[in-house]
Amino acid sequence: MTVTTPAGLDLRSFLHGLPGVDKVGLEARAAALGTRSVKTTAKAAAIDLAIRMVDLTTLEGADTPGKVRALAAKALRPDPADASCPPVAAVCVYPAMVPHAAEVLAGSGVHLASVATAFPSGQAPLDVKLADTRDAVAAGADEIDMVISRGEFLAGRYDRVFEEIVAVKEACGSAHLKVILETGELGTYDNVRRASWLAMLAGADFIKTSTGKVPLAATLPVTLVMLEAVRDFRARTGRQVGVKPAGGIRTTKDAIRYLVMINETVGDGWLAPDWFRFGASSLLNDLLMQRTKLTTGHYAGPDYFTLD
Amino acid sequence: MRLAVRKTYKLFIGGAFPRSESGRTYLVDGDNVALASRKDARDAVLAARKAQPKWAGATAYNRGQVLYRIAEMLEARRAEFVAVGVPAAEVDAAIDRWVWYAGWSDKIAQVHGGANPVAGPYFNISAPEPTGVVAVVAPASFLGLVSVVAPAIVTGNTVVVLAAAPQAAITLAEVLATSDVPGGVVNILTGNPAETAPWLASHDDVNGLDLTGVTDATLATEWERAAAGSLKRVRRPSASEIDFFSDPGLGSMTAFLEIKTVWHPKGF
Repeated sequence: MTVTTPAGLDLRSFLHGLPGVDKVGLEARAAALGTRSVKTTAKAAAIDLAIRMVDLTTLEGADTPGKVRALAAKALRPDPADASCPPVAAVCVYPAMVPHAAEVLAGSGVHLASVATAFPSGQAPLDVKLADTRDAVAAGADEIDMVISRGEFLAGRYDRVFEEIVAVKEACGSAHLKVILETGELGTYDNVRRASWLAMLAGADFIKTSTGKVPLAATLPVTLVMLEAVRDFRARTGRQVGVKPAGGIRTTKDAIRYLVMINETVGDGWLAPDWFRFGASSLLNDLLMQRTKLTTGHYAGPDYFTLD
Repeated sequence: MRLAVRKTYKLFIGGAFPRSESGRTYLVDGDNVALASRKDARDAVLAARKAQPKWAGATAYNRGQVLYRIAEMLEARRAEFVAVGVPAAEVDAAIDRWVWYAGWSDKIAQVHGGANPVAGPYFNISAPEPTGVVAVVAPASFLGLVSVVAPAIVTGNTVVVLAAAPQAAITLAEVLATSDVPGGVVNILTGNPAETAPWLASHDDVNGLDLTGVTDATLATEWERAAAGSLKRVRRPSASEIDFFSDPGLGSMTAFLEIKTVWHPKGF
């Protein structure tokens, strides 16, 4: 397959020609943006936006149909005590659990995402990955979270990774494709930038940081590199790609830091659930507790919210 | 000649000594003392909640040893408390009180729980369990402070204490920090209880409220009402009941205990 890049170069030359990331500057910028204070009405708006951006996730070996149905019900009405609380963006489950979630979510407007392509390692033959993807779409998923082959990427076989993403995108049909870079395994910010461009050139609708299955998941600096990549990609190609940090975002404070970063680096074009998502499970309860604190005027406790 | 080493009395949260997140301080007898905000109270509740399951899960014997260790450390630092204005007799009484409560750690279950006679082929056993996180508005006297903190923690609760006499309370925190008390079991906030107590009284993740140190009856009633909103256990002894030098009895321990009753078939 021949790949055309915006610069007219072959893929490898293009990816290696991307400017290097200034690690110290990047981390300092991310840290500085994390110190903003967001209060009162702005905080209330940020919390509701963050809730609308949550991909409510359960990816455990122990997931049961009952648990998935309960999670999907929670996605529709995160706070049963407050009808003004918006639903989340999507529910994210394993392919085998898609039918159970689809039952609850049908017609609700809440998206149904499924991980596919031998999640989380991505170490499987291509036809297995494609079958995995088609099954999930056939069962009702309208968003597919695929993992790239980090082994191939790190070995420098960019064309193989590219072709795989193209093939999975085709298998998705009309479903949105989110490409998980697993930044914790890529080693450097330069690699994160390259993988982001690679995924976008291959047709990704979203780029996602992590599976949540390795210790080093989403961080502010990594997400900043990816935000810069989607911004530059839109400037050069005119196509907008979304960003999804996943794993390790547990508190409202964390979530608001990400929102501040989007606003300050790529602008409010990305400040919507169609273009930015949080892959999270425990984050939602903290958002609900902070929301309750703002509406009732007293601190909320975890005993008053569901466990999953 | 040496320069005087002036001390700043900071908060005690989760086993550490942070300044107030608000950055505020106030002067008490010429000393700089941290003035806690509602967010410090919130952080303290988080620390207390995090520490609670492990502290409650420790054996009663272990908790007793830790309380005895506090008495040992306090004994070694008697002079420091006298230096911040606590009468020597009160320090001695406070040390004895820690020892007294240390002894209760593995006895309260026998005295407060027991086997119940029931009609049917069952063993029926009641056992006390800690309530959880308890917010304490502490009295001004040092012996009073010890007399409300020790009974709450000996049974497995964790506490957030709003201290009235900051230097003595933070000196006690320094004792606790060196006494094998796990971080977060006791958290001490200094400042104005009228500012922080309402937030603790209405906090959904606080299970008990001890109002022994509140002298203003109107405030106490207001906080008691706020506590009812989240079904907290409230302890509010009347002024005539409060004499810290007399035998403390079991009331201050049992106020923050829940009773679990188990039915077990006898099988014959």
